[in-house]
Amino acid sequence: MKALLPRASASARSRLAGAGLIVIAAALVAALVLASVAIGYAAFDVPSAMADLLAGRTTLPALVLWELRIPRALLGALVGFSLGLTGAVLQGYLRNPLADPGILGISSAAALGAVMVFYGGLAGSLSLALPLGGIAGAALAALGINLLAARGTGTLGLILAGVGLSSLAGALTALALNLAPNSYAALEIVFWLMGSLADRSMDHVWLCLPLMGLGWILMLSTARALDALALGEDTAASLGFDLVSVRLRIVTGAALAVGSGVAVSGAVGFVGLVVPHLVRPLVGSRPGASLWPSGLLGAALVLGADIAIRLLPSRPELKLGVITALVGAPFLIGLLFRRQGRT
Amino acid sequence: MRLVAEAVGVRIGRTVILGNVSLDLGPGAFVGLVGPNGAGKTTLLRILAGLLPATTGRLTVDGRAMASVRRDERARRLAALFQGAGVGWPMRVSEIVALGRLPHRRAFAALGDADRAAIARAMRLADVAHLADRAEPTLSSGERMRVLLARALAVEAEILLADEPITALDPAHQLDAMTLLRAISRRGIGVVAVLHDLTLAARFCDRIIVMEDGRLVADDRPDAALTDGLLASAFGVAAHRGTAFDGTRYILPWERSGPGTKEMG
Repeated sequence: MKALLPRASASARSRLAGAGLIVIAAALVAALVLASVAIGYAAFDVPSAMADLLAGRTTLPALVLWELRIPRALLGALVGFSLGLTGAVLQGYLRNPLADPGILGISSAAALGAVMVFYGGLAGSLSLALPLGGIAGAALAALGINLLAARGTGTLGLILAGVGLSSLAGALTALALNLAPNSYAALEIVFWLMGSLADRSMDHVWLCLPLMGLGWILMLSTARALDALALGEDTAASLGFDLVSVRLRIVTGAALAVGSGVAVSGAVGFVGLVVPHLVRPLVGSRPGASLWPSGLLGAALVLGADIAIRLLPSRPELKLGVITALVGAPFLIGLLFRRQGRT
Repeated sequence: MRLVAEAVGVRIGRTVILGNVSLDLGPGAFVGLVGPNGAGKTTLLRILAGLLPATTGRLTVDGRAMASVRRDERARRLAALFQGAGVGWPMRVSEIVALGRLPHRRAFAALGDADRAAIARAMRLADVAHLADRAEPTLSSGERMRVLLARALAVEAEILLADEPITALDPAHQLDAMTLLRAISRRGIGVVAVLHDLTLAARFCDRIIVMEDGRLVADDRPDAALTDGLLASAFGVAAHRGTAFDGTRYILPWERSGPGTKEMG
C-alpha cells in the first residue's frame, strides 16, 4: 500500500495539471479575443466604442466594433476551437498523429459547396449564401461518409472513404475553377479558398455558433471512448463502448464544427494537425485529456495568426490559411524528423 | 459467473468461420484455447467476449442471453485482453492500467478510491507497480505484456479472456506469464487464453479446448485432450512425451506427422 500513495498523488497531480492547462489556455484565448478586438487598421478607442455599444448609441465606433471587430475575433476563436478539437478527436480516434480535420473530406466538401455558390453567382445576392453552401456541402459529405463507412467499425474504411470524398471534392472544385466564366471569378474563388476572417458579420457568428456548439458537444462526449481506443478497437469494445455510436458522433460532430468553420472562413489548414501535438506532451498523451486544451490552443493559434495578419505591413492583407500553413508546414516537417529519430 | 455457448456458430456469406461450438466456462479455472492458425480461436474468443454476435446458436451469461446483457454490465464482468493493437500513444503505465476502470466509472466522474485500490492491486499482481510512471514506448515486450495484463486485471471481472498473451515473449517471460495467469485463476477468476505453445498449455492449464477448422474437437484435461491422434489430425505434429526433472509429465511437439496422417484422426 505504501507504493500506492505516491502513485495516487501523481495521478492527482496530472489531473490538476490538466485543469491548470485548461484555465491557462482559456485565459490566453480571452486575452487574444480582446487583443483581436483592439487591434485593427484604424486607431480605435475600444472602451468608448464599447460604452456606446452597450448604451445602444449607434455611433460609428460602436458600429465598427459590433459589425467588424467583434465578429472577426469571435469567429477566430470559434473556428480555431473547432479545428483544434476536431484534430485532437480525429487523431485519437484514428490512432494516427497525422490525421487532421481534412482527413474525412468534410473540409473539401464544404469548400466545394461554397465554390458552387460562387459559381452559381448566388454569392452576390445573399450575404449568407456562401456559408450556407459550405454547410450544405459538409452535410452531404458527412452523410456520404457515414453511409460509406456504415459497415463494420473499422477506421481504415473511414479513412478510405474520406480520402475518396476529399479527392472527388477537390476535383470538382478544380473543375469549377477551370470552367470559371472569367479570370476574376476564378481569382475570387482561389482567394476565398485560402481562408480569411476579414469582413465577416455577426450573421456569420449566429449561423455557425449553434452548429459548432452541437459538434463540440458530440465530439467532447467521446473523450473516454478515445482513451479506451488507445488500446485498439477490440479492447475499447470490451470496455463497454459502442464504437458505432462513437464513430457516428465523431463524424457528425466533425462535420458540424469543421463544415460550418470552413463555410464562414474558408479553409484554414494545419491548426488541427499541429495543435494536438503541442498539447499531448502536456497531458501525458491521454487522448481524452487533450480535447479541451487542443480546442483552446487552436482558438489561440487562429486568433494569434489573425492578429499577426493585421500587424504585418502586407496590403491587401495575407490570407489566414496562408499564415497558418507557413507556420504549420515547417512544424510538420520537424515532427516527421523527430518521429524518424525515435523509431 | 457461467458463460455458456450452445452450438454457437458464425458464417460470413456461405463460409463457415465457426460451427456448432458448445462450451461452458466458469470461475477458477485456467483454460487454454489451442488450435492451428485459422482454426477460429480468436473468433471464438471475440464471441465469448460479446464483441462479435454469433449467427447461430446461443451464448448465455448466468442463463441470460448475451445480447440482452447491457454493454456496461458485460464490460464489468468480462475482461478481454487483445494485444495486437498495442498502445496507440506514449501514455504512462499507471494511466494505461487505469483504463481498466472505465466500465466502473460514471460519466465525467474522476477515479475514486475503489478504482485506485483496484489499479494498485492489478499492478501488484502483474508485477508492474515499479513501472507506474514509465511511458509506454520505454517498456520491453515483457513489461508491455504485463502492463496490458494489469489493465485487464484492473477491470476485476469474473472472467478474463486473453488472446495470445504470451506469443511475443521470451521463454522466461512466457513462464512468468503462464504462472501469473494460473495464479489469477486460483483467485477465482475464470481465465481463457489463446495459446500456441502446446507444452506450456499442457503444463499450466486446467483444461484445454482444441479448435480445428472452426470446430471444437476436444475439451478436456490437458492429457486427455492432447492425444497423439488429435495432435496429428488437428496440428499435423507428432509429440515427444516425457517426465521433467520435477516429475511433471510434459509434451513437446517434435516433428511433423507425415503426409496422409491427417486421415488417421
